[in-house]
Amino acid sequence: MKLTLRRRQILWAYAFLAVSLIFFVAIRWYPTLLAFNISFRDWNVFQNNGPWIGLQNYQDIWEDLFKQRSAVRAAFFNTLRYVLIGVPIQLTLGLMVAMMLNSIGRAAGFFRAAYFIPYVTSLVAVAFVWNWLYAPQTGLINQLLLALGLPMQGFTKSPQQALYSITAVAIWASLGFTVIIFLAGLQQIPDVYYEAAQIDGAGRWQIFWRITLPLLNPVIVYLSVLQTIGFLRMFDLVRNMSEQGQGGPLNSTTTVVLEVYKEGFGSYNMGYAAALTVLLFLVILLITIFQLRVLQRRVEY
Amino acid sequence: MTISAESNADRLLRISEQGDIRPTRRRTRLSWLTVFIYLLLSLGAVVMIAPFVWMILTSFKPGVELIDFAFLPKNPTLDNYRLVLTTSSFGRWYLNSLFIAAVSTLSVAFFDSLVGYTFNKFEFPGKTLIFLGILATLMIPTEMLIIPWYNMSVQLGWHQGNLQYWGIVFPGLITAVGIFLMRQFFDSVPNELLDAARIDGMNEFGIFWQIALPLVRPAVAALCIFNFIGNWNAYLWPLIIASSREFYTLPVGLSFFRGESTTQWEKIMTGASLATIPLLIVFILFQRQIIKGIALTGLKG
Repeated sequence: MKLTLRRRQILWAYAFLAVSLIFFVAIRWYPTLLAFNISFRDWNVFQNNGPWIGLQNYQDIWEDLFKQRSAVRAAFFNTLRYVLIGVPIQLTLGLMVAMMLNSIGRAAGFFRAAYFIPYVTSLVAVAFVWNWLYAPQTGLINQLLLALGLPMQGFTKSPQQALYSITAVAIWASLGFTVIIFLAGLQQIPDVYYEAAQIDGAGRWQIFWRITLPLLNPVIVYLSVLQTIGFLRMFDLVRNMSEQGQGGPLNSTTTVVLEVYKEGFGSYNMGYAAALTVLLFLVILLITIFQLRVLQRRVEY
Repeated sequence: MTISAESNADRLLRISEQGDIRPTRRRTRLSWLTVFIYLLLSLGAVVMIAPFVWMILTSFKPGVELIDFAFLPKNPTLDNYRLVLTTSSFGRWYLNSLFIAAVSTLSVAFFDSLVGYTFNKFEFPGKTLIFLGILATLMIPTEMLIIPWYNMSVQLGWHQGNLQYWGIVFPGLITAVGIFLMRQFFDSVPNELLDAARIDGMNEFGIFWQIALPLVRPAVAALCIFNFIGNWNAYLWPLIIASSREFYTLPVGLSFFRGESTTQWEKIMTGASLATIPLLIVFILFQRQIIKGIALTGLKG
């Protein structure tokens, strides 16, 4: 009797899982393998099962990396720039805002919501709002510069400024998220530590460097990884803020994912595009493994 | 003390007991530092909100007023809205986005809960393996799957006609993040309660549906809100799979809308307002739940 009950439970469990198992195999695992497969083929969507060409697509990417005018070369270096500029600024600003929010009582909820609004908004809408703010001559920012007697700027129209202008919007759009996570982290630090430090006569600065920052370490690692992955996957903003959505001017804003889109769905060069996504996947995998290793070293106090 | 960024469930319990993430240390004493902090925070809040205000103000201005550069519209008009809603397919895009976000949210709410429940409350052979198999898909970036998904969709005809709805929605019908979260939330449902129902002769699905699920309703609600926002804002995949205009979602429609009214900023801002305002309302209504939920899951779309 007991055995049949247990067996019945097992059957129920499998029945509950059935649809989801099929889903994960068909819509996640199989496509993953297919992506690898396509990356080794000369594939376009109209002629399925293109011929196997081994590592040719990867070799093409490698060669493109050394071609001065190649968009893919620009995409790799730009993506690196987005990460190296975006992540540190995002984290620093996020921590500053979180600490300020944590230190005030009144209106903290209002400010928290205000900083969070851009995060729930569609990035496409965000892109257009900022296109309008950045617009040459008529844009609000250029008008403000004019009123202050400063020279007008090109922003997304200038090859020198475009990447920074878009990075600023990306930081603006997800700052609220970083703030919320830091705030949750700050609130996990027990008051006793601060009280003890104050009794010992530690100054604000000392408390920050010796207590807050070390105790926030896991949160900092978590956010750095998350934001790095986020900036590695930049697409929505660049697609909608650069001229014709092509990552210009002069490829100065294009990203790896935008090139995937252009190669795969503009030129239908899907083998090459798939190889780009495999590389992106490997980078993200490495970063995730790094995060898991660091976070598994639990910090004891 | 052990600090771990992974203990999201613990954090949730703590936060839900407190009712809110709230600054822990309150200094009501008004010092110069506090004044300075409020000033900085207000300045930041202006930077976060002003672009949206400017967007909405612009949408009420007649085109000729854009060059005047006045803050408020001199002759506020609804013409832009009337024009955008009648001459473009915004109405249709609204319905598409609503339909797609609703379908995927219902599916996610049902399947993620069911699978999370199964992993929490059942013992069966292969449990760990299957769970890891689902969890591991979190490391696969969407960008790597779009090319295989597109190829599969083209072969099955999901990129044409009404099947485009299915094409847009199918990748997000079940989510690994949701399953992972729901598995943890079902911890709070006591096994004795389920056993009692079993003794009463209730079948396993009835136990899940009528007893366990109502007990985790707040968690399901949070999952639904995120999923809805994520799908409402999704851009890359709908951009690729929706081949005809009538099947665009709002972000996709908006991004093509720009091409059609290149420098008519008042029209573009009207479109952006139309895409943003419903979400702003959802955010204002569910602000607490959204921020609380973000703090414990750190998930986006």
